[in-house]
This record gives sequence, structure tokens and C-alpha cells, in this order.
Amino acid sequence: MAISEERSQHPADESRGPRRGIPSFIDKNGRALSAFLVFTVLMLVFLIASPQVFLNPLIYIAISRTLPMFIILAAALVFVIASGEIDLSFGSIVGLAGWAFALTLQAGLSPYLGVLFAVIVGALAGFINGLIVTRLGLSSLVSTLGMGFLIRGLINIGTQGEGTPVTFLRDTPFYNTFIGSIRGFPVHMLWALGFVALSLLLFNYHKFGARISCVGDDLESAREMGINVATIKTLAFVYVGIASAIVAIQFTLTNQIFYPTSGESVLMVVLAAVFVGGTPGWGGIGTIMGAALGACIVGVIASGIVAAGIPHLFTEFFYGLIIILALLGHKLNGPRYRY
Amino acid sequence: METEFLELKDISKSFGKVSALDRVNFYIRGEPEIVALIGDNGAGKSTLIKIISGVLTPGSGEIYVRGEQVDHWSVAKARAAGIETVYQDRALVVQQTIARNVFMGRERTGFLGFVKGRLQLAEADRLMRTIGFTSKVFSSDSVVARLSGGERQGVAIARALYFKADLMILDEPTTALSLTESEKVFDFMRRAKEGGTSCIFISHNIYHAYDVAERFVVLDRGKVVLETDREHTTAEQLVKDMQEIAHNNRHRSA
Repeated sequence: MAISEERSQHPADESRGPRRGIPSFIDKNGRALSAFLVFTVLMLVFLIASPQVFLNPLIYIAISRTLPMFIILAAALVFVIASGEIDLSFGSIVGLAGWAFALTLQAGLSPYLGVLFAVIVGALAGFINGLIVTRLGLSSLVSTLGMGFLIRGLINIGTQGEGTPVTFLRDTPFYNTFIGSIRGFPVHMLWALGFVALSLLLFNYHKFGARISCVGDDLESAREMGINVATIKTLAFVYVGIASAIVAIQFTLTNQIFYPTSGESVLMVVLAAVFVGGTPGWGGIGTIMGAALGACIVGVIASGIVAAGIPHLFTEFFYGLIIILALLGHKLNGPRYRY
Repeated sequence: METEFLELKDISKSFGKVSALDRVNFYIRGEPEIVALIGDNGAGKSTLIKIISGVLTPGSGEIYVRGEQVDHWSVAKARAAGIETVYQDRALVVQQTIARNVFMGRERTGFLGFVKGRLQLAEADRLMRTIGFTSKVFSSDSVVARLSGGERQGVAIARALYFKADLMILDEPTTALSLTESEKVFDFMRRAKEGGTSCIFISHNIYHAYDVAERFVVLDRGKVVLETDREHTTAEQLVKDMQEIAHNNRHRSA
């Protein structure tokens, strides 16, 4: 039987065919594009509501103090979520890595060594998360929630709730490498862009990203085709751990003090950024660009509302509104392959 | 005399006290052929193909590949010998592209582990054409969720063919497929044979089996009870034979 002949009797099938050019681009990037649309609309609303604030570069400098942290964490989190898991402990890992950094400085060692130590601690925490999920078989939703509390508890006990000032680092070459500015452009934003570029390459073009998607799409199929699913998932948690360490350094330097509560405030916001950005919660697909845009959306809401003169009590209400609207948009926009 | 590609001699396998296979002899010719394994539930069909694909080790008996006896038969050895299995659940990831499915777990990579995307797309396209997918309708960067059941089976078959399989084992490839979709799958199998790959497939539907296979092996309660080919039987005769076997079973167990 000739399949092509049967097909030609059903012109409707043409719509399933390969699309090229712009339709193909929209087809493949629909989720990121709708996040971009939400971001554009949001910016327009803010520009119209208070042009004097949003045409002034100062607001963007203010936004850029927190935005890179959201972007880095959201981009990393896409890996874990696309692999079919979730990480609710990264906020505490930010605290833990920051503490490791502070301890290195207290010991009188080089801050560069502190960065290395923080990254190792962050990666190790992610590794433990991965082992708990893949080897002990616990649900990541519950186990990383537990790890989040556990790690935060350790920090509180270890530091007795005391912060560690790092003001002496201000304006050192080290400081300028991480959060200074080049011709007025904030360096920590460059770090965020670099991290997004790395994540994009890994997620879309590397074997690691391909396998993350396969594992999150159908665990059994991936296993049958010889993918080591435990290793892949563990590596995703490690990646979030490393991202948390980078954020910890930026957070500590921005505040010029290490707070034991570092990272506590980012948890819900970053999760919101990933989902608003178009990465669905069921695994198998994700978008790094979307996550970065999602981070911009939540970052702009936080700073924008206050700057526009709306009482900050409205912030969370607007977060909720945007999240629900964005998710609705993704649902209407893209086909939901789930069977 | 030509050497058989695969030969199983006196294979027995039991699970506890239950004998699943009892001194079964089975072979696949050196020349590509399509063989149907037929039999009732519990006849031992699945056990037999699991032994061939290396998932199960036989309790006793000998396995020969290209005339040479093999021992410690395993999935890895079976694959190395050119035997690929298309699992019943097809082992697909439906939200991903056809190309990603074909290369899942054995991506073609270059510098630092980056995937050679274009090469994979081109190779997957070529494979899909080989088994009769029309290139006009799909390209290898189409998402599998958009394909029909038969087409999905085609992706699984294409994947098995990628590594130049000499023998492809299909476990009930047409379960839950419509008639047209089943026909598509049979077409994929015929093309695979033309390309030099033998197929063993399990089927419950004798008319289906007769349509595509050249040789029929009927298993019943762990034994080969009938072995015939298309030149020596008709679909109607095969159905009659099967009914007789089932009747004798009832008679004996009564």
C-alpha cells in the first residue's frame, strides 16, 4: 500500500507537515515567544502608566540589582523541571554557598578561593538532592522541600543567626569582576547573560540537554534506550546547585554582608519565573529563553510597581495575576502533548 | 548449504515450577525473511523473543549466531550481533522530534559532546524514507506526538534499523492499531526486509500474520506445535490448525 496515495486524499494532513521559515520558528519557540509577548505588554503598561519613571535609566539600574539572580536561577531550574523533577531547596543552597564564601573570607583566605569553595558546596548540595531522588526514590517535591528546611536550619545553627560583613571587598578587582560595572553596564548582568548563553547551548544543542528532555518526557523509554536516568537527573540538580553558588556570591557582594537568610526570598519568585516563561510542570520540554524572559517579567513587576508609585502591598497581587494570565496564555497557545 | 543467521537448539526455560519453553528449536535464515510467532496467551512467545534478545537467559539449550555457538548471551551481545528489539511500548518520547527519538541514548556528537543536529536530522530523514515514510508529510524534526500510532511504530522500527540490524524483533507491533495503521507497520517491515533485515514478530491475528510473514511458527504451552510457510498453507488452513490446537487443549485439560 502506498502511504503517499492515501495521504493525498486527506489534504487536512498537510497541516501536520514540516513547516519552514517563520511558521516553523513560531512553532518551535511558541512558549518563549508568548513569554516575550507578556513581557512586552507589561513594559508597555508600565511605560504608559508612568513614563517619567520608565523612560529614566535609573529604574533599569535598580532592576538590574536583583534581576541577574532571578535569571541565573530560573535558567538552571529549567533543567530540573524538564527532567521531570522539581527543586525547592535552591533558595537554601544560595544561603549555604554564601555561608561557605563568608567562612573562607573569615579564615583570611582569598575571595577567589571562596568562590571555588562556594561552587563546590553548591554542587555537592545539588548532588545530594540528586542522590536522594534517584537512589532513595523519594519524590523531589517533598525531599527538596525537606532539604530546603534542613540546610536553612544548619545555616541558622552554624551562624547563630549572625551575618558576616564583607564590606572590605568593595571596589577590589574581585568585587568589580562579579558585580561592578563596565562603562555603566552592570557586570552581574553580563554574568547572567553568560549563564543564559551556556544554558541555551547545553539545553538545546548538547547531549546533556537532549537526554534531560528524553528522561523527563518518558522515564521508561529513556531507560530502555540505554540512558542512565539517575545520572542525568542528578546532574540537573548539580547544575542548579552551581547556579545557586553564583547567585550566592552576587547576593553577598550586592548587600556587602552575608545574611543567614540569603536566598529565602527568591524561591517562589524564581519558580514563578520558570512557569511564566513557558516551561510546563510535567517534564520533557523547557525553554531557557522563556525562563530568562519570565525572570524579567517578575523582576520588572517587583521593581516597577514600587517605582510607578503603586503601593508595594500590590506586588504579590500582581504576581499572582500575571502568573495565572501567562499560564492561561501558554495553554491556549501551544498544543499540550501529554499521552 | 547456507548458514542460518540464528539458530536455537533445544531451548528450555522455566519460571519456578512453570515450564515456559520446552526443548524449542527455532531458526532465522541467512537470507532476510519475515517470521510470525503465533500462539495463545502463555504459549511462550514472549519468553522466546526475550531469550533471543538477551533479556532472559535460557535454562538449557544452545544458541548459534551465524553458525557459531555463543555463551553468556546478553542484550549487549545480541545488539552487537545485529539483533534489535522494538519494544511493545515502542520506547518513544512523544514530545520530542523524530530525530531525537531515533538517536535517543546514542546521539551523534562532535566537539565537547554537542549534538550534530543537522547530521541527525538528515540521517533520520533517510531512514524514514527507507521504510516508506513520505518525506513530504513529515520531516525528522516533526514532533512524535503529531504522528499516528502506525507512524510511531515506524519511528521505533527506523531506530532499530539505524544500526544496520540483521534481525529485528517486534513484540505485538500492531496491538491497538487500526487496520490501515497495521498495514502501514507491515509495509515498514517489508521495506526493512528489502533492505536486508529479517523480522520476527508476535501476532494474535492470523490473517495479519499471513499477510506479511513468509514463515509461521506456532507455539503452544511451551512447545513448537506447527511450523509452516506461505507456500504450504493458506490463511484459512492456519486458522483451522489453530482452532484444532485450542480444541485439543480444552479436551486435554477437561
